[in-house]
Amino acid sequence: MPSTSIAEELAKKQREIAVSEFFERNKHILGFDSLTKALITSVKEAVDNSLDVTEECGILPDIVVDVQRVDKDEFRVAVEDNGPGIVKKEVANIFARLLYGSRFASRRQARGQQGLGISGVILYGQITTGKPAIIKTRTAEMDVAYQIQLMIDTHKNKPNIIKDDFTPWDKPHGTRVEVFVKGRYIGGKQSIPEYLKSVAIVNPHARITYNPPEGGQVVFERVTEELPPKTVDVPPHPYGLELGTLLQMCKETKSYRFSSFLSEEFDRISDRVAKEICELAGVDPAMKPKAISLEQAKAVLEAVKKVRIMAPRTECLSPIGERLIKKGLKNVLGSLRPEFFTPPLTRNPSVYSGNPFQVEVGIAFGGDIPPDRPVEVLRYANRVPLLYQSGACAVTQAVAHVDWRRYGLEQRGGEGVPFGPAIVLVHVASSKIPYTSEAKEAVATIPELMEEMELALKECGRRLKTHLNKKARKVKAREKFDIVQKVLPQIAAKSAKIVKKPVPNLDATITKIMGVVWVEDRVTFEKGQHFVEIDIHNFTATGKKLNLHCLLPRNGTELTKSDPKPTEVREDGKVTWELKRIGSVEKATVRFELKGLDQGDLEEVDLYVSGIPPDLVIGAEPLPGDWELNYKEFETEEEEVPPAAEEAEEEVDYDEAEEVLEDE
Amino acid sequence: MSEPKGSEKAIAELYEIASQIYTALEKGQIPKMTLPLRTKANIKFDTRSAVWKYGKLTGARSAKKLKGALMLLRTMYVLDFIREMIDQTKSSTLREMYYISEGWDMGKFGSQDESNLLAEDLEIVTRCLREDFKLRPEESGASVMGNITFEEITRNGERRRINCADDVGDAGYTIPYNVESDKVKFVDHDAKFVLAIETGGMFDRLIENGFDDDADCILVHLKGQPSRSTRRLLKRLNEELKLPVATFTDGDPWSFRIHASVAYGAIKTAHISEFLATPTAEFVGITASDIENYELPTDKLTPRDIGALNAELSDPRFNDEFWKNEIELMLKTGKKAEQQALAKYGLDYVTDTYLPEKLAETSILH
Repeated sequence: MPSTSIAEELAKKQREIAVSEFFERNKHILGFDSLTKALITSVKEAVDNSLDVTEECGILPDIVVDVQRVDKDEFRVAVEDNGPGIVKKEVANIFARLLYGSRFASRRQARGQQGLGISGVILYGQITTGKPAIIKTRTAEMDVAYQIQLMIDTHKNKPNIIKDDFTPWDKPHGTRVEVFVKGRYIGGKQSIPEYLKSVAIVNPHARITYNPPEGGQVVFERVTEELPPKTVDVPPHPYGLELGTLLQMCKETKSYRFSSFLSEEFDRISDRVAKEICELAGVDPAMKPKAISLEQAKAVLEAVKKVRIMAPRTECLSPIGERLIKKGLKNVLGSLRPEFFTPPLTRNPSVYSGNPFQVEVGIAFGGDIPPDRPVEVLRYANRVPLLYQSGACAVTQAVAHVDWRRYGLEQRGGEGVPFGPAIVLVHVASSKIPYTSEAKEAVATIPELMEEMELALKECGRRLKTHLNKKARKVKAREKFDIVQKVLPQIAAKSAKIVKKPVPNLDATITKIMGVVWVEDRVTFEKGQHFVEIDIHNFTATGKKLNLHCLLPRNGTELTKSDPKPTEVREDGKVTWELKRIGSVEKATVRFELKGLDQGDLEEVDLYVSGIPPDLVIGAEPLPGDWELNYKEFETEEEEVPPAAEEAEEEVDYDEAEEVLEDE
Repeated sequence: MSEPKGSEKAIAELYEIASQIYTALEKGQIPKMTLPLRTKANIKFDTRSAVWKYGKLTGARSAKKLKGALMLLRTMYVLDFIREMIDQTKSSTLREMYYISEGWDMGKFGSQDESNLLAEDLEIVTRCLREDFKLRPEESGASVMGNITFEEITRNGERRRINCADDVGDAGYTIPYNVESDKVKFVDHDAKFVLAIETGGMFDRLIENGFDDDADCILVHLKGQPSRSTRRLLKRLNEELKLPVATFTDGDPWSFRIHASVAYGAIKTAHISEFLATPTAEFVGITASDIENYELPTDKLTPRDIGALNAELSDPRFNDEFWKNEIELMLKTGKKAEQQALAKYGLDYVTDTYLPEKLAETSILH
């Protein structure tokens, strides 16, 4: 639960920078350069704040966004959260002084970075409508809420309190910000509901309710109770340190010795490493940091490059995580019924200019996603959707750099945003996102960042391609399956009727057409349990003995029942069945039940086979080398005749050769 | 082509197909049928009959692939259906068979084209005609106008004499689907040649202008790509009455193909070209040169038109000096014209100037 101490602690860190006047003349860099954008920015800044503060205090966010039309182009934007609330004496400063915030100098991942956001909105509202902002807030310790009407004194960058008061509020704690702004309300891609949808995808732990001006209510439900891991402040990492910054830090430090300055003010510099740097740079470790010369500072920077320093700590990062990306995408894009979500990918953290960052990618494919349009790229920086400046953004450029043709999407010349039924999500998490401008609309094309994004996109692309290949193989095999299961018996019955003879046995013909072992799984969900049924059809000419392996989804899965009994069940979810011999044109079935998963967590099972030549099997992959079987090798069956021994001579397919007939 | 064979022969041939499929299954093989490929790469000029027939290339319809398996299944259903019709002395139209296939489970036809193609496949394999299978086409609605008298046996067995100028309305005599001599006999005529016309608009123009009277000719409306019975009738008029035939079409790649199917034989029915094609037919339709010489109003070739023209350049039937030049010229100018574009010079221009000039270039008007 939030306490006064948290609110107090936040208050201690406040700094101020008097720039109100400057920003009044430069409202475009705050994201207010058009009426439609101004309205979205107003919502966005308030929502960002709410998400940040609830996360910091370990509260599952419940956010209500209310946009009402007051006049032709005037709107009232109200955003209410269930955050910790703000202590009375800080309210005015937090909301009505630009660049006043607790996060300005911190090095952890957060949505807001400079404290420009919400006061910028209030300022914009004041300039365009002349009306004050109304803030209502209550901490858990307060009996009633504190409500204040605020304006900003742009000359002094000081709050101008119009009126304040205490008022009852049924919320135990939280904050409500209400501003009047000039704006234009539109639908489509860059609209408030689309923005909130994008927010909901990467914040599956939040419930977001939206009351649009036209009435009706949209609710993005919470799909997980799991909060993003708490992030901590981490000192800067020496890699990428710039000369000016180093000199500035030397001036401001409280350390007396240069070596302790290095080990105390930087991440990953131990006393030993500090000494090493000093030695290499020819700087006395006992020197006072303030005494550093320009030459010495340059030498230190050179030395840093030569010394081995561990990669920055990443506790300051809060990736969404592979599982939650999938959940979020599924939750919000569910109505498009995508046929496939690539297993999302969270890359290991990396560093640019001493700032740790991490890239995550997820792809939704197929279903009702339009197949003939450019792929939709959902760009996120620290869980904040980026809506504008797509072309200038590193994310879009990374997507355009990847040759998607090899991963099954259309792309002219192997460059540019590809076409196809896909939605690509890219999330960049960093203690300092390198934006192209103060408006935070696009990420700058930093080489390290580009490389990480391209690697992540390619890996997800490969996963997509694997799925598409599997699907294509299945379609082809499914066709043959239909032939032998449905068409052939009818041909046999009909021809037998005409020639007035008994219906012939089809087994030999079936094995000639199929020539494979066909594995097919069905997953159903009922009463909190998954029921899995796996059919193994032996469509080869001889009996087959094989082992079936299944990789159950990790953690919390319980195999409650299985027929036949598995030969081995391992801690990490690896299950093996040693199957009895399956005769030619016979079928074996494995049934089992799983407990402990949500319905959406399991749609198909990962199946592997061993003890049989893998190209004889469709519907299951060969057992990967790293499965680490620790019991006796399965003895392989008798040598197999090559599977495709259907008919040696390649005849022209009559039904594929009728091209000209259409024209006449 | 030999005369149509009787039902017994047809049944025996159909039984043979089913028997082959059954035997393959009994022996544990993959059932298949081997058929001559019906592509332009597999039509060869037959010097004896002067028409284009299928060559030696064959393709397999095998149960290995879903499409092939479904066609084999349909074949079995069609065989059974034909046998039943022959037993019950009934017949059906191709369209009726398409609808009947609704009850054939997986053997149901995807489109009527599929069922028509299968009927032709059976003709090729059995060397029977689809009429022997009790399958008949819809009447195509093509018609005849001119001073010729047919004796047609009507459905109730009556003989009726019809003069195609006096006894018919403005639309002319409708060509029935069966134009064999047991159905349609030629009684009398005073024509010097037959003019086969692609479009209804031009057919009407020539009738209104009295061209059949003035030029002593029989006008046949092809109605686009002519049906088998229309082509068969042209062939009989040419062979039995020794009347020269000329085709008068639009000037575009599709019209060239209309002439090809009348004169050289259609790719789709090359197994019965001898029976349907009139090798001496002359082309008096609009050519690319005519477009230039007569300065006709034109339309631009569409991408599909261009594709069709290019395909014709590799079609053996068009492999002669005349067609090569005309096709290449059309590709070069990028223009096509309708036969009615001649109206630019007045309604009588086609009958007073164009046709006499074009016919004079041929051996017909001498």
